[in-house]
Order: sequence, then C-alpha cells, then structure tokens
Amino acid sequence: MGQVTTFMSDDHRRCDHLFAAAEEAAAQRDLPTCRTRFQEFQSAMEQHFIMEEQALFPAFEDATGNNMGPTRVMRLEHQQMREVLAALAEALAADDLDEYLGQAETLLILMQQHNIKEEQMLYPMSDRALSNSQAVIQAMQQLQAGSPP
Amino acid sequence: MNPPGLSYDQAPPFSVPLRFFLTAPWFLVLAAALLLWEGPGIIASRWLPATLALTHLVVLGFMAQVMLGALSQILPVVVGVSIAYPRWIATLVHVPLTLGTLALASAFLGSGPVGFQIAVGLLGFSFSAALIAFHRALWQAPVVTDTVIALRCALGALLVTVALGLLLSGYFGWGGFSLPILQVTNLHAAWGLVGWTALLVAGVAYQVVPMFQITPLYPAWLSRGFAPVVMALLIIGTALILSNWPLAATVTGAALAVTLITFAARTLLLLHQRRRKIGDPTLVYWRVSLISLTMGAAGWLLTRWMPGWPPKPAVEWLLGILLIVGFPVAVINGMLYKIVPFLAWFHLQAHLLGRAKLPHIKQLLPETPIRRQGWALLITLLLLSTAVLYPLFLYPAALALGITGGWLGVNLWRTAQRYRQALANNAALDQ
Repeated sequence: MGQVTTFMSDDHRRCDHLFAAAEEAAAQRDLPTCRTRFQEFQSAMEQHFIMEEQALFPAFEDATGNNMGPTRVMRLEHQQMREVLAALAEALAADDLDEYLGQAETLLILMQQHNIKEEQMLYPMSDRALSNSQAVIQAMQQLQAGSPP
Repeated sequence: MNPPGLSYDQAPPFSVPLRFFLTAPWFLVLAAALLLWEGPGIIASRWLPATLALTHLVVLGFMAQVMLGALSQILPVVVGVSIAYPRWIATLVHVPLTLGTLALASAFLGSGPVGFQIAVGLLGFSFSAALIAFHRALWQAPVVTDTVIALRCALGALLVTVALGLLLSGYFGWGGFSLPILQVTNLHAAWGLVGWTALLVAGVAYQVVPMFQITPLYPAWLSRGFAPVVMALLIIGTALILSNWPLAATVTGAALAVTLITFAARTLLLLHQRRRKIGDPTLVYWRVSLISLTMGAAGWLLTRWMPGWPPKPAVEWLLGILLIVGFPVAVINGMLYKIVPFLAWFHLQAHLLGRAKLPHIKQLLPETPIRRQGWALLITLLLLSTAVLYPLFLYPAALALGITGGWLGVNLWRTAQRYRQALANNAALDQ
C-alpha cells in the first residue's frame, strides 16, 4: 500500500472507532458519555475533512489537472456528512438518543461508502499521481496538529 | 478531463436498482406456493422437474434479480465506474429476467420444449445485456483492488453458469445433440453457487464487513487469494469431470469446500472482533449465512468421504437448502435492509437539498420489522431442514417461506412508499 493510502486509511479507522464509541454510549442511554465521545468523533471527522480539502485534494488536482472529477464529488460528500453530523449534534442538544441512533446509522452508511471510494480509488490514485506524497502527508500532519483536538 | 475510466458520477437513478429489489421477494412467495402445491413428494429427489422449477424460482427469481440490480449500484462505489445508459440496461435486464424465470419454471413444470425455447431467448437476452454492461465497466476499473479481482472472477463464473444453463435449456428445447446431462447440470450448479454467488458475496464482503461492522480488515492472503484459487479449482474440477476422472474431481471438490470454509470461518472471526458493539440486525443475517455456508461445504465434504453415508436425496436436499436458502438468500436479505433505506435517504437528500427535514434511515425502515422478518427467515430455514427428514414439516416450511418472502417484499415496498411520500410532501410545499 502507498503512503497516502496507509496514512489516510488509518485515519478513517480512527474516526470509525470514535464513531462506534459514541454510538455504543447512545445505545446504553448514557447521554453524558455519548456527548463526550461524539465531540471527539466530530472533531476527528472535521480534521480529516480539512486535511483532505486543504492539502490532499489540491495536490491531487494539481498533479492530475483535474478539479471537476473525483475530488469534486468527495467535497460534496463531505458536505453531506457535515449536515448529518449537525443533525447528530442537534439530537444530543435535544437529549433525543433515538434520533441520535437513527442519524448515526445514516451517517455510518454514508461515511463508509465514501471511505470505500477513497480507499479503493482516490488514495491509490494519489499515491500514483503525487511525486511528493511525503510532503503532502507532512502538510496534512501539520493541519491535524494545528486544529483543535 | 477525467483520467481514463474514472467516473465518480453519482449513483444511478433510484428506479434502476429498486425495480429488481421490489420484484425479487415475490419469487420467494411463488417458490413457497409451488412447495405447497407439490407437497412432501418434492423431497424425493433433487432431479424432479418440480424441484428444478423451485430451485430456479429462488436462484434466478430472487438471487440473480437482487445481485444484478445491486451490481449497477455497487460498481460506481467500489470500482469507480458507472454503467452507461443505466435505465435502458435495467429495463433490458429486468423485464426478460422476470419473464424468463417464469418461462423456465413453467417449462420444468410441464409446458414442454416451447417453454425452454422461450426461456433460452429471454434469459439469454437478459444475461447477455447484464454481462456486457458489467464486464465493460469492470475491465475499465482505474485501480485493480482485491474486490475488483473477486468481481471479475464472479462475472466470469456467471458467464460459464449462463452458458451451461442455456446449453441445458437448448437441449430440452430443441434437442438434436447429445449432452452428458448429469455432469453438465452439476457443473452448472457449481459454477453458479461457488463461482458467481460465493465470489460476489466475497468481493462485497471485503468492503462491507470491515466498513459497516467496524472490524479489522481481511488478511491480504485471503482477500487477494480467495477468488483466484476458487476459479482455478473450478476450472481444474470442470476439466477433470469432463475428461471422466471422478476421483481427482472429488479431490478438487474437497479443496473447494475447504477454501469456502476458510473464507466463511475468517469472516465469522472478523464479525466476532467487531468494534461496533451495538446490535445491528443485519449482523444476524451475515452470521446465519456464513454458518450455513460452513455447514453446507462441510456436509458436502462428509457425504463424499464418510463410508456408509452415500449422497441420498435427503442429504442433497439438505445441502441445497443450506447452500441456497441459508447462505445466499440470508445474506442478500440482510444486505437489502442496508441498501434500500440508504438509497431512499440518499435520493431524498439529492431531491430535497436542505429544503425539508429528511427522515433518517431508521424512520424509512424501522428495526422492529427487520428483526421480526429475520426470525421468520431463521424459522423457515429450520423448518425446511426438518422437512428433509420429516416430510410433513414441508407444509409449515412452505408457509414460513411464503411469509418470509412476502414480509421482506412488504418491508421494502413500505420504504419505497415513505420515499415517495416524502417527495410528494415536498412537492406540495413547493406549490
């Protein structure tokens, strides 16, 4: 596996585990834990989106001369996920754990079909197209360190 | 400019896969009606015309319907290539598949050579359209992943299955040539169940098991090696059977069974290691499916190697139940409950664009009916297996199968209704 594929797929797994922890707390009707876990999950997701939108996608677009193809759809799907994340936050604000679980199921499928596209195609293609993948990964690590945890 | 072959176009219209998904469950109801009509006598042999009609109502009417419908949806996601002219292709595949399945079943039940001739025409047309569209897409895949390899093998196996099926139907429809019927039928079934079905399930499982259940990934040796090994064994086994070398063919068959058990056992282990701890109803379908596959493959092994346990009709029926109703029907049923409500949500989101609050997935298809229908499927499986030994159980088994299929059909239909309702409400708001 290429460097970008490994680094970014690992970050997907990190987000997945945070998602599962928050969902489990919701299923156990533990509202305070769910709130904490959800915040961790939401900020991990936002960090991941920012790494892609500000470093990986522009580098991919520069290397391939293509900004209307795969990265455009990935950005659109980030927007869709942000909307469901907002609905999750709203459900927690209203103490509505059933609504939270329903939205979480929706997000899981949306998120995973997105991850499949990235891990199966976009990341391997980035590894192939980028001549400076190490520098792009460093830029992403800096973005990750720079944004609030 | 897109790099060659890469298209991230959004999914095909909802109607493209949905027509297959809404049709399929009713073929289980038809199969149940046939079982009731025929009664316990049908268990006498797997070679009775009624048994063959029943088998094809399930494998073509239910399984192939959903598998072909789902591929048009799955390929853009896992392979990055969408099908050209999706609505046309869907119509050209769906209509002749539905009518061809009915023609084939009625041909087995006594409508004679004309029935087989009609079935050859309709099914030949449907599968040709599907195979051309899907193969075209798959060989354009920009990145060759383990899933792409498995899907290519699965579609290669489908080609062999369909060719052998058309050959058999042609033999019954027109005759005029000689055919080793028994061997060709066994090969047709092996390529269909072990090649096409198991490899498609595996290719999809590599993605959906780790992603949706949040489990570790499949080990690379398995996800890379499984499909090529199965294909190689199928090819070798076919050559040995056709060159009349039965002992060597049995050894190859045993190797295939062990390979299938390895895949099923490893997947069960992954499910056991999942990080998503909440009870997901579709998890039960995966487990029932994989346990059935393990038992079916192990049963096949035992019947060939244990002295004093020759393959009897009852054993063959039991293996058929495990390898058709247990393994694929269960996992397809579970996957439909993931796919249909998600697609309804996805297309609603695209249509409504934030103008109205969207129902979430559990509102589009609540968990309670999913769980209850899952129990019905499990009971069906147990009753069918019992009926092999105690034929009178066939009547409750047939009823259970009809209830299971109808219930699945109603659950999916209601989801489609909620989707249409949400769209209609929004249109009313616009006015």
